[in-house]
Amino acid sequence: MSPRRAETGGRIDRLRTIRFTFDGAAYTGHAGDTLASALLANGVTLFGRSFKYHRPRGLLAAGVEEPNALVTVLRGEVREPNIPATMVEIYDGLVAVSQNRTPSLAWDIGALNQLGGKLLSAGFYYKTFMGPVIGPLKGTRFWMFCEHFIRRAAGLGKAGTAPDPARYERMNAFCDVLVVGSGPAGLMAAKAAADQGVRVILADLEAHFGGSANWSDEIIDGMPAADWAQRAVGQLEGNDNVRLLPRTTVWGYYDGNTLAALERVTDHKETPAKGEPRQRYWAIRAGTVVLATGSFERPLVFPGNDRPGVMLAHAAERYAVEYGVLPGQRIALFTNNDSAYRSAVALKKAGATIVAIVDVRADISNDMRRLAGEAEAELLDGHAVIATEGGKALTGLKVQRFDALSGALSGDERSIHADSLLMSGGWSPTIHLASQAGAKAEWDPARQAFLPPKPTQRWIGAGAFTGSFSTAEAIAEGRAAGVSAAGGTAAPAALPTVEAAPGDPDPAPVFEIKAKGKSFVDFQHDVTAEDVRLAHREGFVSVEHLKRYTTLGMATDQGKNSNVPGLAIMAEALGKPIPEVGTTRFRPPYTAVSIGSLAAERFGDLKPERLTPMHDWHIANGATMYSAGLWYRPMIYGLPGETIEQAYVREAKATRESAGIVDVSTLGKIAVQGPDAAEFLDRVYTNMFSTLAVGKARYGLMLREDGLAFDDGTTWRLGEQEFLMTTTTANAGKVMQHLEYFLDVIWPELKVTVTSVTDEWAGAAIGGPNARAILASCVTGTAVDNATLPFMGIVHGRIAGVPVMICRLSFSGEMAFEVYSGAGYGTHVWQALIEAGKPFGLVTYGLEALGTMRIEKGHVTGAEIDGRTTARDLHLDWMLSKKKPFIGSAMMDREGLIAPDRLELVGLIALDNRPLNGGGHVVEELDEDNPHDSLGHITACCYSPALGKYIALALVKDGKARHGTRAFVSDPLRNRFGQVEIVSNHFYDPDGSRMHG
Amino acid sequence: MLITCPYCGPRDVIEFTYQGDGNRQRPQPASQNLDAWNAYVYDRLNPAGDHNEIWQHSGGCRAHLRVVRNTITHEILSTEFARGGHKTESRS
Repeated sequence: MSPRRAETGGRIDRLRTIRFTFDGAAYTGHAGDTLASALLANGVTLFGRSFKYHRPRGLLAAGVEEPNALVTVLRGEVREPNIPATMVEIYDGLVAVSQNRTPSLAWDIGALNQLGGKLLSAGFYYKTFMGPVIGPLKGTRFWMFCEHFIRRAAGLGKAGTAPDPARYERMNAFCDVLVVGSGPAGLMAAKAAADQGVRVILADLEAHFGGSANWSDEIIDGMPAADWAQRAVGQLEGNDNVRLLPRTTVWGYYDGNTLAALERVTDHKETPAKGEPRQRYWAIRAGTVVLATGSFERPLVFPGNDRPGVMLAHAAERYAVEYGVLPGQRIALFTNNDSAYRSAVALKKAGATIVAIVDVRADISNDMRRLAGEAEAELLDGHAVIATEGGKALTGLKVQRFDALSGALSGDERSIHADSLLMSGGWSPTIHLASQAGAKAEWDPARQAFLPPKPTQRWIGAGAFTGSFSTAEAIAEGRAAGVSAAGGTAAPAALPTVEAAPGDPDPAPVFEIKAKGKSFVDFQHDVTAEDVRLAHREGFVSVEHLKRYTTLGMATDQGKNSNVPGLAIMAEALGKPIPEVGTTRFRPPYTAVSIGSLAAERFGDLKPERLTPMHDWHIANGATMYSAGLWYRPMIYGLPGETIEQAYVREAKATRESAGIVDVSTLGKIAVQGPDAAEFLDRVYTNMFSTLAVGKARYGLMLREDGLAFDDGTTWRLGEQEFLMTTTTANAGKVMQHLEYFLDVIWPELKVTVTSVTDEWAGAAIGGPNARAILASCVTGTAVDNATLPFMGIVHGRIAGVPVMICRLSFSGEMAFEVYSGAGYGTHVWQALIEAGKPFGLVTYGLEALGTMRIEKGHVTGAEIDGRTTARDLHLDWMLSKKKPFIGSAMMDREGLIAPDRLELVGLIALDNRPLNGGGHVVEELDEDNPHDSLGHITACCYSPALGKYIALALVKDGKARHGTRAFVSDPLRNRFGQVEIVSNHFYDPDGSRMHG
Repeated sequence: MLITCPYCGPRDVIEFTYQGDGNRQRPQPASQNLDAWNAYVYDRLNPAGDHNEIWQHSGGCRAHLRVVRNTITHEILSTEFARGGHKTESRS
């Protein structure tokens, strides 16, 4: 039998033995045990080493607030650090290890830090490593030297580096009533709400519903409280309108009554069932929330209060009653309130000897005296514990007479032999979620606790959460909250009866016993009462500053035990009452949340891929694909052994000499339809569209409201009231939103609809001297000669039996046509064009050749329409109609936008016959060591097969006036310097004779 | 945050795109009053409290909505089509 497991009792399954390891040693426990209860049952007292001083630490609590017993759980290669042992349910094969110790928990070299205790007080890092350098041992450089060792010595568990193979899920849930916490209050609330027929979710972070009923030893409705709770859960389970979420921590309370919760679905299992995720993230939208989150018992602050064997009183009671484990055989209690007497009786019943109850209060009620007698404990009223003794386990304690009003100690010290000391410093309602929801907590001087504020969102509190610490109150408030949250009226039915030990909920206002030795306030961050006073002496007045300077409450437990004692000590130092010192606002998450659960299924490459209808053909025919936004487009169709430059030069050259074809399906396409379509286009484009004839296309430019250039493209008039607008690939979405905004918000009177049809059409642009001949050989149903299909004309015909729409327009500067077909026929038409082009030496070309030919022509794209340029900067002022207002027309002539020194579009020719780089700067004076005075920058560059030179487009100050002059490129990043000639952006065929044919 | 689209019902905020201050007044298209244009293009109200906003249901019906939202509590007080009609009041 385990050394500390009682023969009987507890709610564990003694018939099921579970094997696990802790720090490599094999242990057994029972189903229903946590790692904490199972190790405690095995006589383990040392669970961890403290953060700063590496002091030995044992269990302080039994629940989620445990600050000391943090462990790392290993699953294969994956390690999850900093989990309270109290929250790990054991399973066969569980591997857990302790943290922050070298080489082992029992022999920890870092414990030497205790010798330097004074040195490591609050602000140690700031004082040692910041500020002026005096001598070799100060300042930031010294920090750089020490950081490695300090990071090794101070800290918690280590994160793993192996990828997490577990699967996580994300769920959205809706309910009328969300009940957080399943103690008597939560169970009553859930039952009452469910009985009203509304949708209820009940969540509890523990594995078993019932909360304090699972270990209180009280009688509810004539049966043990735990049985009553089980019966209540059974009644809820049968309801279709109730969802029960055990092992689910509601960790965030957000706007609009949206709450975030983490369900640990399989962390307690050896092997998850098929399809089960490790954890599930719940986004719950609740009509009303019932907060029945209970309360935390507070430690008392006295020297040696962190020694293994010193535990919260209720935690010991819970280990005894719920798990059948006694934390010691000779137990002493130290309290400032009545609740510890109940714990003493429970532990006595479970088989322990209660050697003493040390109470700071002098006047103890008769009820409590009776309970002390029942526990057969010596009652030391008006006494306090001033020291503890022992190493890795407690061996005894010292007490002295204590005056609760003045805090003074007097009389002789007395030693008491005990292997366990249980403390109770009063109770703090768990108001975290209410605080997150928005309001400030209120101090209650009777309860000596912060009570939940008035709701700022739709929640109702019940039970210990509201400061009503008795089970009878919890039951009554729970039912009232449940009924009210469901929108009903209180039922007259009788409430369950409760038989419980008596007790006054109000503690004596004693938080600290000032005596010699380290008294811990924040156990996890090793903050002592003296650290708090030091912060005060050094001038930290605000509680927020205190928190940051001492790091009080900033460990992974977020001060669940330490906030109120820390504030009380600060308040005393300041000579102010606690409410004037204030409390800090709690923020999500309530407990640690795995990043995996937040990401859920959304990890890896989340970008959708957009593929053109001809994508597979490109791949099959040797294209190297290039990602342009979400789209994939052919960059080149390289031949074996070709470089990128050789490939695009070949493609561009062949196009200018005979013919080339390129996939232009990615262009944004928007159907603009309706009686006012032409009027609408006149308003959004700088140039006129109402004058455009049906069956013709026009190049258009859009400005933003602020007068800068926005997007360009051709728009085709397919009918009197029907246009097909094309946009640049990159701006398709933005232009669509722009048009929708104006139609919906600014000009709702216009009868126009806009529809994105980008994905409905496949587009191929075929250009070059032989383009027309190729089309003529494969198009039926229409002629394509100059008379039928003039420049910017549109015809409808068929290719290989499929209807097509052909517009004669040119981006390459050659005689060129854009052939559009239904997207489903894209490859069919494309292949027919390729086939028809074979006799003419038609080549396929990609983005690089497309870019090369547009640079040669001096056309602008997104590289030049970059959100900073105006139509004038790009020499597109000929498109700015003077006959009508349009979007941007009022703002485009502002002083700064017509200033003479603006950057203007020019062409550059490299005079050293070497490639130019996009982003390189243009300068008048070349100074490689100290580049200065940029005239502008290169926006696009290529080798021009038509010119036989390396050329570029650039935006250059006063660009037009510089045509024919020389300058330099200065690109220190890529070490490219050299002379260039500034020319017009129209390098090739400036009068357009080739495309007009 | 939930926004009640008059077409689609209450939908999560991730389906919507914020399109700015709904108090802006666009001058008449032919207006040459640069101050008015400047105010329209650049000036935005930034109240702590109820605010008139334009939101587009870009992940849904794509309608633009006029939304009154409290910038402190994120409470949505009313939504209606920017084109007018179908107003939904949320605050009781």
